[in-house]
Amino acid sequence: MVVEISTEAASDRVFHALADATRRDIVRRTMRAEHSVSGLARFYPMSFAAVQKHVSVLHAAGLVTKRRQGRQQMVVADVRAVRRARRLLDHLEALWLDRIDRIGAVLADDKGDNS
Amino acid sequence: MTTPTVHKDTEKGTMTVISLFDAPVERIWRLWSDPRQLERWWGPPTYPATFVDHDLTPGGIVNYYMTGPEGDRSGGQWRIRTVEAPHKLEFEDAFTDDDGNVNPDLPVTVITVTLEAGTGAETRMSIHSAFPSPEAMEEVLDMGMEEGILGSISQIDDLLAEDA
Repeated sequence: MVVEISTEAASDRVFHALADATRRDIVRRTMRAEHSVSGLARFYPMSFAAVQKHVSVLHAAGLVTKRRQGRQQMVVADVRAVRRARRLLDHLEALWLDRIDRIGAVLADDKGDNS
Repeated sequence: MTTPTVHKDTEKGTMTVISLFDAPVERIWRLWSDPRQLERWWGPPTYPATFVDHDLTPGGIVNYYMTGPEGDRSGGQWRIRTVEAPHKLEFEDAFTDDDGNVNPDLPVTVITVTLEAGTGAETRMSIHSAFPSPEAMEEVLDMGMEEGILGSISQIDDLLAEDA
């Protein structure tokens, strides 16, 4: 049941992170291979700092992991997290099915009162 | 109550759950229109919901929070779009911070509840949830196909389901 809450919060972070086309592209590229932030920055018409910020958002959502290599910051997608993102609808389904179960219990209580 | 049917559209980022209840439409509507009724089912027993504001009129606001076993709270707010008692309710469901203000960084889900009388005293309740960025969901799905990771990670899928 606690899972229900944490899942809702996690799904929000993931959706926010993936609502941006650049960030989705970063996830795609880093699923194929590890990239440095400066290497990624070359793909987009924006500053290094802007790309770094996108990477931070993805990192906060758990979609990529970061590590230092000398002066470079290396980024790679967390495949498990991406897979988990696809499960979000499944989680939403579970959340509502639980609620409908509880509605059934509330209605059953009505019947108990009437009899 | 029969088993609900679920339709998930991963391309549009929507989900519809349809359930049948052995109670009249007015009774089912009260599950939404009476905050004390809502509190009995909105949150799980370990995270019960408390509704502090409940203005079910177009443009009205519903504020609630859920309290966890450690006293931790997470808040939510509905912004009511449509109310057609006892048949239709549409609202934006957002997350709020500790002060009850809507968190603009988190997406808003639009929920549409439709109640229809069935045969006899039955009510058919349809809950339609729409994610704010269907493109995002679609692309996430595409990513999986494109990279062919579906098969390679299917074995650890069950393990992931536990920690997800």
